[in-house]
Amino acid sequence: MSSALSIRQLTKTYGNGFQALKGIDLDVAEGDFFALLGPNGAGKSTTIGILSTLVNKTGGTVQVFGHDLDRDPSGLKRCLGVVPQEFNFNQFEKAFDILVTQAGYYGIPARIAKARAEQYLKQLGLWDKRDVPSRMLSGGMKRRLMIARALIHHPRLLILDEPTAGVDIELRRSMWSFLTELNKEGITIILTTHYLEEAEQLCRNIGIIDQGRIVKNTSMRELLKQLHVETFLLDLKESQLVPPELGAYPAKLVDHHTLEVQVEKSQGVTELFRLLAAQGIEVLSLRNKTNRLEELFVSLVENNLPKGAK
Amino acid sequence: MSAELRPNLVALATIVHREIRRFMRIWPQTLLPPAITMVLYFVIFGRLIGARIGDMGGFSYMAYIVPGLIMMSVITNAYANVVSSFFGTKFHRSIEELLVSPVSPHVILSGFVLGGIARGLAVALIVTLLSMFFTDLQIHHLGVTVLVMLLTATIFSLGGFINAVFARNFDDISIVPTFVLTPLTYLGGVFYSINLLPPFWQSVSLANPILHMVNAFRYGILGVSDIRIGVAISFMLVAVAVLYFACIRLLVSGRGMRQ
Repeated sequence: MSSALSIRQLTKTYGNGFQALKGIDLDVAEGDFFALLGPNGAGKSTTIGILSTLVNKTGGTVQVFGHDLDRDPSGLKRCLGVVPQEFNFNQFEKAFDILVTQAGYYGIPARIAKARAEQYLKQLGLWDKRDVPSRMLSGGMKRRLMIARALIHHPRLLILDEPTAGVDIELRRSMWSFLTELNKEGITIILTTHYLEEAEQLCRNIGIIDQGRIVKNTSMRELLKQLHVETFLLDLKESQLVPPELGAYPAKLVDHHTLEVQVEKSQGVTELFRLLAAQGIEVLSLRNKTNRLEELFVSLVENNLPKGAK
Repeated sequence: MSAELRPNLVALATIVHREIRRFMRIWPQTLLPPAITMVLYFVIFGRLIGARIGDMGGFSYMAYIVPGLIMMSVITNAYANVVSSFFGTKFHRSIEELLVSPVSPHVILSGFVLGGIARGLAVALIVTLLSMFFTDLQIHHLGVTVLVMLLTATIFSLGGFINAVFARNFDDISIVPTFVLTPLTYLGGVFYSINLLPPFWQSVSLANPILHMVNAFRYGILGVSDIRIGVAISFMLVAVAVLYFACIRLLVSGRGMRQ
């Protein structure tokens, strides 16, 4: 499968001397749904800024579907749709006009632009808001408008920088479904997010960036295999005053009805339940304390900290 | 039509259409004020004071100041349109819509400049129509009149663009119009002939670029001028070329737009 995005030794040093990117190599295959994760200030937005030409790189090369950023920026831009983190449209323009104008920048004639604007506004549930000035839209609507705008020129690679930030759960799930459909249609998607559940649900491959370097670039499945220990919360039927004796399973009481237990992958939970049953403790329900990816992410980022910084 | 030219023409038409839509949408801020201001000039300077001044350059004072006042409207409105619109796109960050798209810097600049020219010409048309209530307006040389108006609108649109690139806040876009353009316009022969000035101040006045534009335009309408038309038009052509080059350099470098 051909490469949608190829980054080699990408560096960025800002005017104040801050080195945001320290030689990033990254490949995203065509058709992939890729998560780019990292803590705040890790270099995600700088990377996306360079791809979208809003940030000038210091060194390295970037290619999108073979179009080189330095030699063929115009070709690269035609393949790329970007949904930024911050709202960046004219707040006085109507939603419909914003889309038609953006299409015009890509050389799309008005007749086609209007048809596409109608299509995306309907798909994203904004058609009845088409004549509303964008400043009057809710946060979730503005975010959907930016997705529609990024799609108006039919990009082959769509980059979304925290698209569901500040969006309610129902809307977030409908956006997930929309993005999944887009990906099935063949659009390569790169997503940055702070909701690790989102990355785990949607993305097949993942890159973790920290302090300007890629510290992990693998498939989601491979990454989750590295998770050795999971923390479970057990809701107990009867009140407990002291933690039960669970042998090799480290456990503590969160409150009288909630037990927190760490389970290694090799151990499984069968023995845990046997031990609990032997002590007459009935479990009503079981859930993960944190998202699995979150646990991995924290451990990877902590391992990347300089010595003494933990 | 070449594969590259057509999309660029569509993009240019899009920017120009958006610019015209912007100043038409806010017409009480863009088209109405110059109309009111110019009517006041016509009434106070042209009719009330002008009646006591008598002829100037062989024409009634009212007829003499009309070309200058039209030019003054073109200058201020072409400049104001581009500086406020382009700074607005930076302020709202909607400039990013343009920068992420494959629009060439020449198309971006031409789009904003044509928007400035459109507003300059729209206001000039309004002021010209209003002036007809106060004086008989006859055009001496249509070609010079149109050329000078277009060149002047282009120069000040480009100037507004440079101001917007460097501006960091809304105060920065009002400094040049207040402290540079207004004094130069008032001292640029709008209300008087420099022949009324002592020789020293006549020479000083020649350094004012707006004097050349106002007089060239007055020549187009009345057929009289304090300066040589060829020199004025040459100066304006050079100014357009230099400013256009400077604007393109700024756009390509991404100053104030890219990190």
